[in-house]
Amino acid sequence: MKAISKISGRPLIEIKDVSKVYGQGQAVMHALRGINLQITNGDFVAVMGPSGSGKSTCLNILGCLDTPTLGTYLFMGIDVGKLTRNQRALLRRHYLGFVFQNYNLLKRTSSIENVELPLIYRGLPAAERHAYSLNALKAVGLKGWEHHTAGELSGGQQQRVAIARAIVTEPTVLLADEPTGNLDSERSRETIELLARFNRDKGITIVMVTHETDMASYAKRSINFIDGLIVNDKLQETS
Amino acid sequence: MLWNAILLALREIRRNIMRSSLTALGIIIGVAAVIIMVTLGSGATAKVTKQISSLGSNMLLIRPGQGMHGPGGRQSTASAFKVEDAEAIARDISGLEAVAPSATQSMQAIYGNENWSTTAVGTTNAYLEVRDWPIEKGRRFSKSELHGGKAVCILGSTVGNKLFGGQDPLNATIRLKKLSFRVIGLLKTKGQSTFGTDRDDIALIPLRTLHRRITGNTNVSVIYVSVLDGVSIEMAKKDIERLMRERRHISQREDDDFNVMDMREIVKILSGTTRVLTGLLGAVAAVSLLVGGIGIMNIMLVSVTERTREIGIRLALGALEREVLLQFLVEAVVLSSLGGIIGIMFALTTSLVLSKVLLVPFIFNIGIVFISFIFSVAVGIIFGYFPARKAARLDPIEALRHE
Repeated sequence: MKAISKISGRPLIEIKDVSKVYGQGQAVMHALRGINLQITNGDFVAVMGPSGSGKSTCLNILGCLDTPTLGTYLFMGIDVGKLTRNQRALLRRHYLGFVFQNYNLLKRTSSIENVELPLIYRGLPAAERHAYSLNALKAVGLKGWEHHTAGELSGGQQQRVAIARAIVTEPTVLLADEPTGNLDSERSRETIELLARFNRDKGITIVMVTHETDMASYAKRSINFIDGLIVNDKLQETS
Repeated sequence: MLWNAILLALREIRRNIMRSSLTALGIIIGVAAVIIMVTLGSGATAKVTKQISSLGSNMLLIRPGQGMHGPGGRQSTASAFKVEDAEAIARDISGLEAVAPSATQSMQAIYGNENWSTTAVGTTNAYLEVRDWPIEKGRRFSKSELHGGKAVCILGSTVGNKLFGGQDPLNATIRLKKLSFRVIGLLKTKGQSTFGTDRDDIALIPLRTLHRRITGNTNVSVIYVSVLDGVSIEMAKKDIERLMRERRHISQREDDDFNVMDMREIVKILSGTTRVLTGLLGAVAAVSLLVGGIGIMNIMLVSVTERTREIGIRLALGALEREVLLQFLVEAVVLSSLGGIIGIMFALTTSLVLSKVLLVPFIFNIGIVFISFIFSVAVGIIFGYFPARKAARLDPIEALRHE
């Protein structure tokens, strides 16, 4: 039952007794109640659980967007809880990629400019930025769609632009929050296969929150949250 | 980092052309208003100054009464000057170019069926010199005409036109107050005065003619004096004042019952007034520039709310707080300085056209153009800062959840 690091040495992600509490007094809400979790490099983890079970909070903490109230989160051995806002932004910039349920592309902005955005923040020169972005769009099967804006693309295509934006920096960890939540089953399958491929080919560690068991079945490992606690953590055979 | 911020800011501006142009509009109007007001204002100042100096800036005007001393003055009781006073000034005071005694009387001028109400000025040839007023056609008064009090006149161009139309007035006979006068000359057109009166609505006759045939006394209402170049006007003024006090038997303790006015004083007063007005208009316009700045702040603040999600995306992708701040700040500064440049161009063309229409000289004031540009950039920085800081401090999770 226990997930065991396949690679020797430190796990990539280490969560120790992490709690997250929102609000104060009467309105206090325990989103996480002391969870422990380790994720090794190259893993593909599906995080499941009902709404309000703490899986999104967990993902926000993993993504360095939020910090634990109690406990420690070590990302590549760094105690994220002790970092400043800007230091966490730099971690996101250099090691993390995000894919969201509602794509979160910039409006009225072409695919290529959306994909370029994280590279701009990394300070890459224009020519390199352009080449990497074209490659990433090609990798998600959107060659020829570079200059279409988000509004001109279908949901599946928008999500693929978002994935291109997440992988263009070749992040260590890709965090996906219900990436197939707004897509039909065909588009969902394409999207999840794309993610699985980047995990397999590029060794990008993926943590994906999902509601759907058939999407979770693509992952190497699945974790179940209920009421802010991890109730089930198992390795699974991938299809 | 600055380069990145500029790149991102320009992309955002281009993407939202409508919002961007509305933001810049406030600054365009503000800058244009300031420059137009100041340009036209300084044009008007220059025009007024030029007009007054065309009266003769080396001219002194001597009038009985206390002149500009306000109520309680002795205007009514002060006795008029006599021809002898003018002669005494001419004789006793050095450094004067010309001294012209004058007395005026308004009267009807009639020629054939035409009649025109004008002002007859009884004076000497010196009047033409003092007022720097050449004869267009014909000649000045001759010595015998002046001494003999002959019925001859020199007409201002308005009177000439009204009575004669296109005809040649020379040697024609017109009637002034029931007397027949022969027209011997026509004055060059001088145009409107600063005060809006028509300076060409005038008929000059010998002073002695006016005294003997019309008024029946020897009063002189105004003595015009012009000072030689290089002679101090203040000195001449003091000398004249001393002489006149003596002649009018004014004791040490009494105030003058006459008034020597220096044209340069009027120049100073009037150009000072227009300068104050220009400053006032400029200040009003500066307020509109300020309002434009607040407009920028409003739109930027609204756009922070509207762009919350975008900011969340940027922060999630690893943008630093100061990068988001800088992007918003650069957007505001680019919009306001662009607005400034457009405003400057708009203002210069508009004031070029308006100065033609309003007949004031177009004075290009690089200073005000520079100041309003700097001001518009400053407006961008100051009013862009608060929305930018608000954007930079957003919580990425909250921002991403924002609809």
